[in-house]
Amino acid sequence: MNDPILEMRGVSKTFFGIKALRTVDLTVYAGEIHALMGENGAGKSTLMKILSGAYRPDPGGEIRIEGHPVRIEGPLGGRAAGISIIYQELSLAPNLSVAENIYLGREISRAGLLARSTMREGVGPILKRLGADFLPSTLVAHLSMGQRQLVEIARALHARSKILIMDEPTTSLSAAESERLFALIRQLRSEGLAIIYISHRMDEVYALGDRVTVLRDGRLVGSLDKPDIRADTIVRLMVGRDVSSFYKKDHDPGAGRGHPVLAAIDMADGHRVKGCSLTVHAGEVVGLAGLIGAGRTELAHLIIGASARTSGRLELEGRPIDIRTPGAALEAGIAYLTEDRKALGLFLDMSCLDNINLAVLGRDAKLGWVLDRDKGRERADRAFAGLSIRAASVGVPAGGLSGGNQQKVLLSRLLAIAPKVLILDEPTRGVDVGAKSEIYSIIDNLAKVGTAILVISSDLPEIIGICDRVIVMRAGHIAGEVARGPHSPLTQEDIMALATGMEHLDA
Amino acid sequence: MPDNGASQAKPAPSTTNGAAAETKRQRVRMLISALGMLPVLLILCIGFHFLSEGRFFTGQNLGIVLQQAAVNTVLAAGMTFVILTGGIDLSVGSILAASAMAGLTLSKLPELGMLWLPVSVLTGLGFGIVNGALIALLRLPPFIVTLGSLTAVRGLARLLGADTTVFNPSIPYAFIGNGSLTLIPGVASIPWLSVIALLVIFVSWLVLRRTVLGVHIYAVGGNESAARLAGIKVWAVLIFVYGISGLFAGLGGAMQAARLYAANGLQLGQSYELDAITAVILGGTSFVGGIGSIWGTLIGALIIAVLSNGLILIGVSDIWQYVIKGLVIIGAVALDRYRLQGSART
Repeated sequence: MNDPILEMRGVSKTFFGIKALRTVDLTVYAGEIHALMGENGAGKSTLMKILSGAYRPDPGGEIRIEGHPVRIEGPLGGRAAGISIIYQELSLAPNLSVAENIYLGREISRAGLLARSTMREGVGPILKRLGADFLPSTLVAHLSMGQRQLVEIARALHARSKILIMDEPTTSLSAAESERLFALIRQLRSEGLAIIYISHRMDEVYALGDRVTVLRDGRLVGSLDKPDIRADTIVRLMVGRDVSSFYKKDHDPGAGRGHPVLAAIDMADGHRVKGCSLTVHAGEVVGLAGLIGAGRTELAHLIIGASARTSGRLELEGRPIDIRTPGAALEAGIAYLTEDRKALGLFLDMSCLDNINLAVLGRDAKLGWVLDRDKGRERADRAFAGLSIRAASVGVPAGGLSGGNQQKVLLSRLLAIAPKVLILDEPTRGVDVGAKSEIYSIIDNLAKVGTAILVISSDLPEIIGICDRVIVMRAGHIAGEVARGPHSPLTQEDIMALATGMEHLDA
Repeated sequence: MPDNGASQAKPAPSTTNGAAAETKRQRVRMLISALGMLPVLLILCIGFHFLSEGRFFTGQNLGIVLQQAAVNTVLAAGMTFVILTGGIDLSVGSILAASAMAGLTLSKLPELGMLWLPVSVLTGLGFGIVNGALIALLRLPPFIVTLGSLTAVRGLARLLGADTTVFNPSIPYAFIGNGSLTLIPGVASIPWLSVIALLVIFVSWLVLRRTVLGVHIYAVGGNESAARLAGIKVWAVLIFVYGISGLFAGLGGAMQAARLYAANGLQLGQSYELDAITAVILGGTSFVGGIGSIWGTLIGALIIAVLSNGLILIGVSDIWQYVIKGLVIIGAVALDRYRLQGSART
């Protein structure tokens, strides 16, 4: 191949004594799509932020672009060095036009007045090159997510970037939009751009990647060339051990599985969920799989009454039950762990103690309203010991804990009500590897004592590792179910085929 | 990137130093937020004492300060509940005026006169619940709703007295406005107004820190969506906090009526909401909700009263008092920002 466009040698980054990156070497060539994989917390985003100039690396490492050593400093440093990043959450101003967004921060003005027409003309050729079907004067608010991504790419091209970093770019795209994006990425590769593509989705990495680099715990653990890219190799590199021992599933409902605990029948919200039925039995872990936007979280919200349903009914242990609010669901014994613990779950400024006790304060209270602080304290201490939550004390604010410990605090709140049904939405998102395997044991133990558990997860190895059977959603419907048999393990292919509606993803 | 030579020797020690400095910084921050503005209050008191040549720390002057702080303390206590949920109540001054007018009007009726005090308080509660219902059930922004009732209730207050001043020189319970509770006969006494204010603070503390409702109030202010998912009846919490803000405003109205034997729908309680908000913010309650304490509010209210009293004692003109108080408000919000940056958010 030609000379590398980007070389990182021995780049490290330390936060308060914790190594987020340890002497990472990364080489990227012009005209290649370089996939970067790794679990949350593996150091991908730290690496990206160093390249964009948001973080300064520890002294000792070196970054070269086209052979010249560079220092990337400040938010504009990356762009000046020819690196553009397209983040998961797009960073466009929706109230401005496409042209204004592309020129943001580098507006052209004449005598102090914005030269709108010049700017519009300036972006025309780039939009045409990208095959955009909208005008430079269109407001970004009127564009779809896929179109907005084009604007981001146009902004990068307009800044004459040679290296384009894309962080989970398909998260909010439809399948058709993703296909168009892939075509565009290949076109940019052939035009000589280097693309660093960060993704969790194996199929995308297969489809696009010329090379795959895997990070784990801040270390670069391996680089694979195209012919060597295989799912099991990548997973083993990412997890650092054999997958089978990582997931814990000792409970076995087998033939004698318990009675049905939760039955949701024909649930719909008239929007994202279009008539879904499912049943979860006692002592069973059921996976709810599907692509982003398939309606899994929305279905969970319908079940617990967090959003209004247009049709459907619920049965709890065989009896019909009417649940209209999350409070009613908790009272009935249906607990829901949100996928977004910071926005929808925890109270970051409140102590772990209050966070853990929140759902049972009323039940514990003396005289109906007066807090029973001893009971609360005991419960929090038990949770800390039982789930091995690591924090200075139960009194510290939950916001100061690591992702895994925050998740365990939130889980403790749900376990305090001794739920009959536990719905876990992405239970290990943003959680480090150690806490992940602890959370799997907790789930396993709850199943053993007869809790009915529904796990929503986009992480297929996780679903396969811990679930007894998997219900797959597609576009608001239940697409089908994959069961684990004595001689037929759950496979990613079966689940993905149902999730995407395709027969086979790859041979 | 700095060159290698300078940093070669110290990677290990620098990280431990960094961690130690970080914990030390956190400890200082925790101390700052625990003590809050208490040091400021003490410095102001001592400063005014010397500047006024020893006229600040006298029994008589302290009594005046406490009495002047009383009504604002009561309003600020209610405001603390509201701001803890991330809301705001701009209508407390108007509600105070309307409640005082309602109470005084009733007090002139021979048979029902004795009922004026509870009626004042309940009038305030009623307006507060209307605010709360509009905010909680119709999901209107608190700023807009209470800005509207600031104006509308002021109008009602004027209507109640036909836009005149209502007098009642023989109003029942007048002692709460002007009398004092004797602690040690001939030596120490405390104005009834201040006793009421301290009781209000104590009750507020009980509710906020010792009841389920208190935790729910902090939870709604900290993260409303999470509170809803956690099964908290957010609407009920919101109606409660605006209700209690109205109730305390009504109580403030009764206190004013008893002190003045009179009320005027146009003038009474004008811009009291600003002093109440200032006291809450000075007391360290965060404007975005979820963080703060009622004791901070008490100190905030005392700072405002000490500032007014002290500036008069040392002969600062009325005009400059406005300028200085305004700067204090801005300084308080700057402190709020600093505090938020310091808190543990990830």
